[in-house]
Amino acid sequence: MPHWLYRKLGDRIFAWVVLLLAFGVVLAALLVAWELLRGGWLAFRTFGFWGFLTGREWNAVSERFGAWPPLLGTLLTSAAALALAFFPSLAAAIFSVEYAPRWLREPLAFMVDLLAALPSVVYGLWGIFVLAPLVRNVLELPLFGWAAAQAPWLVPVLGPPTGIGLLSSVLVLALMIVPYASSLARDAIALVPREQKEAMYALGATRWEVVRLVVVPYARGGIFAGVVLALARALGETMAVTMLIGNSVQLPFTFFGPAATMASAIANEFTEATGDLHLSSLLALGFVLLLIALLTNLGANLVLAHLRSREVKR
Amino acid sequence: MLKTIAARALGIVALAAGLALAQGVALTGAGATFPYPLYAKYFDVYSQKKGVRVNYQSIGSGGGIRQLFEQTVQFGASDAPLSDAELKKFEDAYGTKILHIPTALGAVVPTYNLPGLTQPLKLSGPILADIFLGKVTRWNDPKIAALNPGVNLPPLPITVVHRSDGSGTTYIWTEYLAKVSPEWKARVGFGKSVAWPVGLGGKGNEGVAGLVRQVPGAIGYNELIYAIQSKIPYAAVKNRSGRFILASLESVREAANLDRISQDTRVSLTDTPAENGYPISSFTWLLVYQDMAKNRAVKDMRVARAVRDLLWWVIHEGQQYNERLHYARLPEVVVRVSEKNIASLRYGNQPLQ
Repeated sequence: MPHWLYRKLGDRIFAWVVLLLAFGVVLAALLVAWELLRGGWLAFRTFGFWGFLTGREWNAVSERFGAWPPLLGTLLTSAAALALAFFPSLAAAIFSVEYAPRWLREPLAFMVDLLAALPSVVYGLWGIFVLAPLVRNVLELPLFGWAAAQAPWLVPVLGPPTGIGLLSSVLVLALMIVPYASSLARDAIALVPREQKEAMYALGATRWEVVRLVVVPYARGGIFAGVVLALARALGETMAVTMLIGNSVQLPFTFFGPAATMASAIANEFTEATGDLHLSSLLALGFVLLLIALLTNLGANLVLAHLRSREVKR
Repeated sequence: MLKTIAARALGIVALAAGLALAQGVALTGAGATFPYPLYAKYFDVYSQKKGVRVNYQSIGSGGGIRQLFEQTVQFGASDAPLSDAELKKFEDAYGTKILHIPTALGAVVPTYNLPGLTQPLKLSGPILADIFLGKVTRWNDPKIAALNPGVNLPPLPITVVHRSDGSGTTYIWTEYLAKVSPEWKARVGFGKSVAWPVGLGGKGNEGVAGLVRQVPGAIGYNELIYAIQSKIPYAAVKNRSGRFILASLESVREAANLDRISQDTRVSLTDTPAENGYPISSFTWLLVYQDMAKNRAVKDMRVARAVRDLLWWVIHEGQQYNERLHYARLPEVVVRVSEKNIASLRYGNQPLQ
């Protein structure tokens, strides 16, 4: 290309390419949403949107499909996993930036990130062969035995102590989302200006006070972004949860007993769903999952904007 | 000069095309995962012997039936027969019947995890139904003990394990339970996936087997082949004539050794009247359009003939590979019925003989 032409057009061509690629991504997302809605239309039409969302029965034999059990399962597992994972991942981030000796920092960050690179089927296998028996023998059986003797009303709430069910899948899910929450938090904490921290130290603050009053408030945007990413990951996680949750859509769910999530229901039933309504209900489930992810992101953006506006006011 | 080169090039292209034609057609099928190892063997041998390549995608019975309806494959494969409604759907859309060609027999066995038990447990259909309904909850229940005199059954709670994914295995299992237990039929019914009253769900045969292994006191159900290969203990089941039958290639084949088999072979073999037959057995089928001209994937007469030849080969020469791969072979009576079905295949108005 001649020099003058390049100078004249180069920038514009680049802009177009970037624009096109960006739009391609947006378009792909929209197409996915459209296809799911189209495929799930039959289910939404048959049961009604709210009827589908709140229906408590998922039965391929009588062809009655309600999303409430798997929806509840998704929300429960994700929220519980996030609650479990939040403090450990924040602690890992703070430790690796503020406390760890220099030689340990990189390996530590690397190991935490490596957790994200493990395939989820590996988590699932580890969960079945290592975690589930451990959870059953160390947590569930003693608790169950204690409840049976001391507090019989607790027994139906706890559910069967088999090691396979809600508790185990939440534990594995929590472990899986730690790196997502942790790595964004770590980056944000590393960006806290040294001057601010040194000013605090100069005032005689302890390390704990510096972390509490400077590092965490300054980095909260990044920490929050990590939480949102981790939540999105937990909402959509399929394989490990499917292997561990026990896959039952019978309400009520119990602490130890089996449950189901939307992603696991889709993964389980998609290949053999011959009935039109069954297939459509699974696609509708996918659409609902997408909606929830969208709502989570919108909510997160609102919170982030709120955090920023408060920073500006200061 | 240029002309000769062009002419030559054209000649080579024509020659190549001719070779491709001479090599014959390539067939595509899709469906059940359960007979996949067997079909892989069939089609490998078939392409070596007859030069017809067969590409089989084991995407599940549901997917196979869908692909057959979308007409992207020449044949489908399923562990559960098409329902009357499904048959009618094909009939309404394309105006032709779908033929079921059985290729092998499989069985589903109750697998269990009872530490310290040496001989195979004995169970009956009604008790299995009660266990899977959550009505019999302990291994030392008098009903189970009555079938197993002299066996020291532990007081463990029973943990029911079932398939979480839709599958032909579940279809056969629940269809059997519905036959032997009116309560199961009324409360749960049967199908490739059902609303289980109790229990843990594992994905795939390996998922169920994994859970059964992990949880002491668990009972699940697996394909016979899978249980044999992974060495999980499985129970003998009481059949209709009152005998306890442990599933094996012979007892499964016996289940289909009936005096009469209905012409469409969509026959349920569960709770078989055959005296020595294992009661939870079933065919697995290949599915084809009776009038292949109605299937867009069958481009011409030659392709239709190739499908017909393949089916014929599978129910005759192919059968010798069944037992080596732990699938029961078809009894003679089933082969005879299928021969008639294959003979009724046509392409438009022309028979495919």
